[in-house]
Amino acid sequence: MMATEDLHHTATTFMDHLPILAVLIPFFTAPVLVLIGNRGLAWPLALIASALSLLVSFLLLLEVMDGDIISYHLGGWAPPLGIEYRIDAANAFVMFLISGMATLILPFARDSVRAEIEERHHVLFYTLFLTCFTGLMGVVATGDAFNVFVFLEISSLSTYALIAMGAGRDKRALTAAFNYLIMGTIGATFFVIGIGLLYQMTGTLNMADLADRIGDQSDSRTIRAAFAFIVVGIGLKVAIYPLHLWLPNAYVYAPSVVSAFLAATATKAAIYVLLRFTFSVFEPDFIFGVNTLEWIILPFAILAMFAASFIAIFQNDLKRMLAYSSIAQIGYMLLGIAFLSETGLAAAIVHLFNHGLTKAALFMGVGVFAVAAGGSFYKQLEGMGKRLPWTSFAMVIAGISLIGVPGTAGFVSKWLLIEAALEKGWWPVAILIVASSLLAVIYVWRLVEVLYMRPAAAEVQPVSKTMVATTFVAAALCVWFGLATGITVDAAHQAANGLLAGSAGMR
Amino acid sequence: MAVSIDFLVGHLNYWLFILLMMTGLYIVVARGNFVKKVVGLNIFQTSVFMLYVSMGKIEGGTAPIFPTDLNIDPEVLYSNPLPHVLILTAIVVGIATTSLALALIVRIREEYDTIEEDVVQEKEAKIVEEENKSFGPALGGQE
Repeated sequence: MMATEDLHHTATTFMDHLPILAVLIPFFTAPVLVLIGNRGLAWPLALIASALSLLVSFLLLLEVMDGDIISYHLGGWAPPLGIEYRIDAANAFVMFLISGMATLILPFARDSVRAEIEERHHVLFYTLFLTCFTGLMGVVATGDAFNVFVFLEISSLSTYALIAMGAGRDKRALTAAFNYLIMGTIGATFFVIGIGLLYQMTGTLNMADLADRIGDQSDSRTIRAAFAFIVVGIGLKVAIYPLHLWLPNAYVYAPSVVSAFLAATATKAAIYVLLRFTFSVFEPDFIFGVNTLEWIILPFAILAMFAASFIAIFQNDLKRMLAYSSIAQIGYMLLGIAFLSETGLAAAIVHLFNHGLTKAALFMGVGVFAVAAGGSFYKQLEGMGKRLPWTSFAMVIAGISLIGVPGTAGFVSKWLLIEAALEKGWWPVAILIVASSLLAVIYVWRLVEVLYMRPAAAEVQPVSKTMVATTFVAAALCVWFGLATGITVDAAHQAANGLLAGSAGMR
Repeated sequence: MAVSIDFLVGHLNYWLFILLMMTGLYIVVARGNFVKKVVGLNIFQTSVFMLYVSMGKIEGGTAPIFPTDLNIDPEVLYSNPLPHVLILTAIVVGIATTSLALALIVRIREEYDTIEEDVVQEKEAKIVEEENKSFGPALGGQE
């Protein structure tokens, strides 16, 4: 009965197994950390695992940069019956972002975790960090719709626990985690309902196969209901503006490392899922989908850009300001998706990367300040420009990238976004993009004012040099990706091409 | 789409699914007690389990177990086992979610001395008030 299995076993060399390795390395390291149970070993092992995963993702990205697609059959079972990992430019790029961020943030994590989390939780912290990382990588790598749900829940469940670890500093982390758990579970369950309805209509779970079979019956009401359930469900995870309520408290009360990692990766992986389902599974010419993008996603994206930016301006806490700015920036990515053009999609994907990097740098800076000043309220950070010059400088660079000033990563994506708007002839939208960037100028300027133009506090706690250094490296990368735009823009265009080709782009 | 008795009876599993789903969702939204919220969440998830499990049923289908000699009679109808397998995974996820939620509630009880949402919110509003007093005011976005 198993004779046919060998026929499909195409993966023979080590390189053929890369797609699964990117997920398996952190997946197996996580329980090993608990079994060893040694605080000293947990951090280096986690770092090695994420660095290896980064290496694998980089190799994958190189392989698919020219438009190739890698199809990996789990256990040798051929799709559509078996689970398939399908790597193209879009997910290789997002996997590269996620593993890159994990590898960048872990050096920062060592001292930040020591400062913020009880010692007896350290091993478990790194374990959860790795399971969350595994989940995110899996969500992005897989080509199977139900597998997306499973990995989404692996990452979400570890995220809830990670956020709750902030309870040592502020007990509100617990309620933030609980609220996120309720909303996240509702989102995931909606997503599963959507997939169930799709399965009912098509009898398959493989994304490429789904796309083929949806094509014939795209005006079926069940398919439309499935689309609605999937968009709302994943919209909760993305934090599309009216569904964002879990995000601010979760980011503010989570430990600094967790805020940095989540802001850089979790919402980005969810946006990738949204992209994959809207474009590869439902196909761009799925007419109902097109209307959704223009009439539902576009207004909410613009609403997010303005409403969240306004709220960000009037905060008294740097970390909360950054959380609201994240919601606003997610608006830009959704805007890029709503343009439904190659440039727009490329802009969304580049912004996904650039914003992840920028926000990681900013939240890491907050982590340094939190150790030095005991909190992240503006009042506590007054005059930090003198006390912590390197960190403050890094914060300003990352802040400039958040605004989108030329020479930084943020500029590249906003430029592409405006280009996409003009290409479509939607110049009012282009003006709105510029206008909302001006709001970003205001909230970043408030930070600059607090850091440099107020009298310095008398005493600050000593901070670890590695934390400052990694924050600075992250900020420097914001400039690097603002100048060397080739890598990100090429990959994003390749990814956008693949996505716009619909299911044809999946084989 | 004419609504007939056949339509109502033929879609019984969907009606029950929607009823359970809405009951669960309503409890999550309307109840302030954290444990009750988790109960609501469980009912909500269970409704999805039912949707999946009922879609695997094929009229006249038998249990999807092949005979040991592998001589499969093409006349025999089998139910679709895949949705059941999927939902096994979803049940595991549901249990993990529930246990994590309950663990969080225990911790909330330890810190806030209550598991009622409104009391917790009152206490948090007081903390925010204190923060605004010492660190300058903020406008909105703190709930």
